[in-house]
Amino acid sequence: MKIKKIFFIFYLFFSLLQASENKTELLEIYKNLRCLVCQGQSIADSNSDFAATVKLVVQDLLQEGKTKDEIYVFLISKYGEWIVYRPTFNKNNLLLWTLPYFIFIVGGLIIFYIIRKSKNNRAN
Amino acid sequence: MLSNIGIGLIISVLILSFLTIYSASLDLETSSQTIKKSIYKLSLFQTTFTILSFLTLIIGFLNSDFSLVNVYENSHTEKPFFYKIAGTWGNHEGSLLLWINILVIFSYLFLVFNHTHAKKFRLYTLIFQNILILGFLFFLLLNSNPFSPIYPTPPEGLGLNPILQDPALAIHPPLLYVGFVGCSIYFSAAMASLLSNYGGKLFAQSIKTWVKISWCFQTLGIIVGSIWAYYELGWGGFWFWDPVENASLLPWFAITALMHSLIVLEKRNTLYPWVIILCLSTFILSVIGTFLVRSGILNSVHTFASDPSRGVYILLFLSLMIFSALTIFFMKHKKENYNFNLKSKETFILANNWFMAFFLVTVLIGILYPIFLDVLTNTKISVGPPFFNIVIIPLVVPFMILMAIGPKFNWIKSQNKISYKIIFSILCAIGINLFIFYFFGEYSLLSNLIFIAAIFLILHSFLDIKKNISKKNRYKLPRIISHLGFGLLVFFIGINHQFSLEEDFNLKVGEIKKTDNYEINFQDIKIKESKNYKAVIGNFKLTNLKKNLVEYLEPEIRIYSNPETLTYEAAIKTKITSDFYLTMSNVSRSDYYNIKFQKKPFMVWIWVSALMITFGGFMQLSLKKNED
Amino acid sequence: MKINISKIIIFSFVIFFLFVFWQGLKKNNSYDTKNLIGSKISSFQLPDINNNEQYISEEKLKKNKYTLINFFASWCAPCRVEHKYLLSLSRKSKKIKIIGVNFKDKKNNAISFLEELGNPYYFVGKDLDGKASILFGIYGIPESILVDNELTIIKKIVGPIDQSQYEEILKLIK
Repeated sequence: MKIKKIFFIFYLFFSLLQASENKTELLEIYKNLRCLVCQGQSIADSNSDFAATVKLVVQDLLQEGKTKDEIYVFLISKYGEWIVYRPTFNKNNLLLWTLPYFIFIVGGLIIFYIIRKSKNNRAN
Repeated sequence: MLSNIGIGLIISVLILSFLTIYSASLDLETSSQTIKKSIYKLSLFQTTFTILSFLTLIIGFLNSDFSLVNVYENSHTEKPFFYKIAGTWGNHEGSLLLWINILVIFSYLFLVFNHTHAKKFRLYTLIFQNILILGFLFFLLLNSNPFSPIYPTPPEGLGLNPILQDPALAIHPPLLYVGFVGCSIYFSAAMASLLSNYGGKLFAQSIKTWVKISWCFQTLGIIVGSIWAYYELGWGGFWFWDPVENASLLPWFAITALMHSLIVLEKRNTLYPWVIILCLSTFILSVIGTFLVRSGILNSVHTFASDPSRGVYILLFLSLMIFSALTIFFMKHKKENYNFNLKSKETFILANNWFMAFFLVTVLIGILYPIFLDVLTNTKISVGPPFFNIVIIPLVVPFMILMAIGPKFNWIKSQNKISYKIIFSILCAIGINLFIFYFFGEYSLLSNLIFIAAIFLILHSFLDIKKNISKKNRYKLPRIISHLGFGLLVFFIGINHQFSLEEDFNLKVGEIKKTDNYEINFQDIKIKESKNYKAVIGNFKLTNLKKNLVEYLEPEIRIYSNPETLTYEAAIKTKITSDFYLTMSNVSRSDYYNIKFQKKPFMVWIWVSALMITFGGFMQLSLKKNED
Repeated sequence: MKINISKIIIFSFVIFFLFVFWQGLKKNNSYDTKNLIGSKISSFQLPDINNNEQYISEEKLKKNKYTLINFFASWCAPCRVEHKYLLSLSRKSKKIKIIGVNFKDKKNNAISFLEELGNPYYFVGKDLDGKASILFGIYGIPESILVDNELTIIKKIVGPIDQSQYEEILKLIK
């Protein structure tokens, strides 16, 4: 009976699960764009002229129906990769995205090795 | 005159440091079991002169003595008293003097408070610490001297930057430096431990308190910095994964890992090489952080005025430190036999270190990758919040679960049972998460997992507190409170992130903006003349349409004349349930104002949880007498 | 200390890291969009500042051997400083033609500006909200882009044109 209850709860959980966003996509894009004339601020946070203009352009592009990735590609073609805070997944940045997880796995292997060795030591 | 006194004091400290190293080296060879009294005296003199030199600089600021370049560049006669003092450490040269003060004070205190430990170990620690001190003293004298004079004495100073005149910003550097620089002492102790073969439990006991102190202050320093950023910088956020913020986080991960590993070293006399590596890495990371921040190699909101010559010097110092640490470690390293049981507390502490190493490496890669890419391929990329959030957050889920169940395990070996407490907590956590999901709004799978793991940690900690309130088990409370604080922090950040309202729009005076739940009425503008600035104050009436509640918010645009700067003061209403945040900036050559409005649920609880983490640490320091 | 492979690897890593740091110190920190050089400008349509019916588009630029697209505004102080170089370029060489893009400005102010300082432009376009300039990868004023007759960007100048950049342009259009 307890198992059935648990299953029911999980069922409810997964049926309600929709990946929906509470924030508007617009702000998410603003936050991912770097203000080129500021010292380390995003378009969302900056009060500069440049930021204001880029906001208008992004709004226009969204209204034209472009997806946020298309908008990023467009702006990168004009301003270079420096303008997006989320590094694109290309051959330059492959190491950036994969190295942390690689190190994590290596760490896990080390611990596994230590425990395995301890077990062998005790067996002897 | 002050310049001469200051430089004189610094040179005295320099000489005393040389003498200390010399005397300590001689004393190493003697057969006596105790350290010569003269060494204590040298150390005391060194400390006194160092503190005096810092006081001299403070006096220079208080008196607005512009014959010192440093005072001229960073102070002003009209600066309020408190900020004149804070101005002492709010610049590169002055903060370097503060570094040296902490290095020296910690050196002396370590010497004095560790008299139960082996003589050779203490002497070597003193020697290495003083080598570090010499390194910084030379840097100060040759490159960044706060006592450099200027002729003729200017009548007025340049330093009236209003952004720097804030109480939180004033105490943020000293707090952080006790953290950053405090780890120098166990760097030196680690080197000493290797050379004098003083390891194991005794070594752990000698540095334990110092690790905890530096951890507490580092944590507090980071939190105060975030609070300042939130209230003063006007973007409504508190963490931007900015390079300077990250530079303070790197040592924090290492100190946290070290703090946990020390428990294992003390209790079970194992993990010694790893503890040494952590001790050495922590201060190395601090110096790397300083290098990144002060050399101008990175682009950040927080930059000190940067200067590549500083970078060269710090890099040289860093290189010497790393090479000597590596060499001595390799020379003296002995292989250890491990005896870890899977189901034991030691293994879970290893797991903590594993995760901390991962977080550390991720942040390090995030900071360094753009530099490497630029140097090697001449391409400039940005690595910002999306990278760090995407890589780190998923792993916080298992991390929190381990945080809850790890301490339950016994040392050496535990039995196989899964306690009912754990099952109960997990089920409640899932239930509460479903409740939030259903009634307040939907979110992604990852967020669900984060909430479940956080609530699990929170519930489990509460149950733990209830169980361990007795006097016998009171020593467990600090750990439970810190872990609880962490769970709460993740939970509230999650809620804040999911359920914040943010709007960015342009409005003219008199216009009204309507969103789903709120009406923002830009009622009027008034101008206020203040002592050193002119303020354009907007009056906004915020109406909560569902509950029919009204708030008034008054953001400002401040125009300072000396120096000519523009700042945007956010209007923040902090309440128990949420914060309202409104900033206003004028759109150039137009009548429009760009308005950013945010409603941030449970914002103040983020600070409370973070402070709870620190509180646990301080609590443990004060309870240290009653340990197992 | 035994010298084994893992120690050599670790030491090499450290040396590599420190070397990169050292090189990083020498690099220029500020970002400029020099990456655009070599790419083609995208298609655009700029209305004439005086007459909304008239336009210039990228097709028309192909007729010129070289075109310098200069972004300016009457409220921009450095624009005044660089203006003499623009005038000189427009007179000196038949191969280069200059287009002005009036950025976030009022028409009357722009016209007065040109009457006062001289008009080097054969076409003045207007960009009232600044959006068109984003198409060109502009982020500040003044900025100038030099393109050839295939619309490839051969030089990008961020900030006012100075003597050395002026001479460089002359060299490039020979």
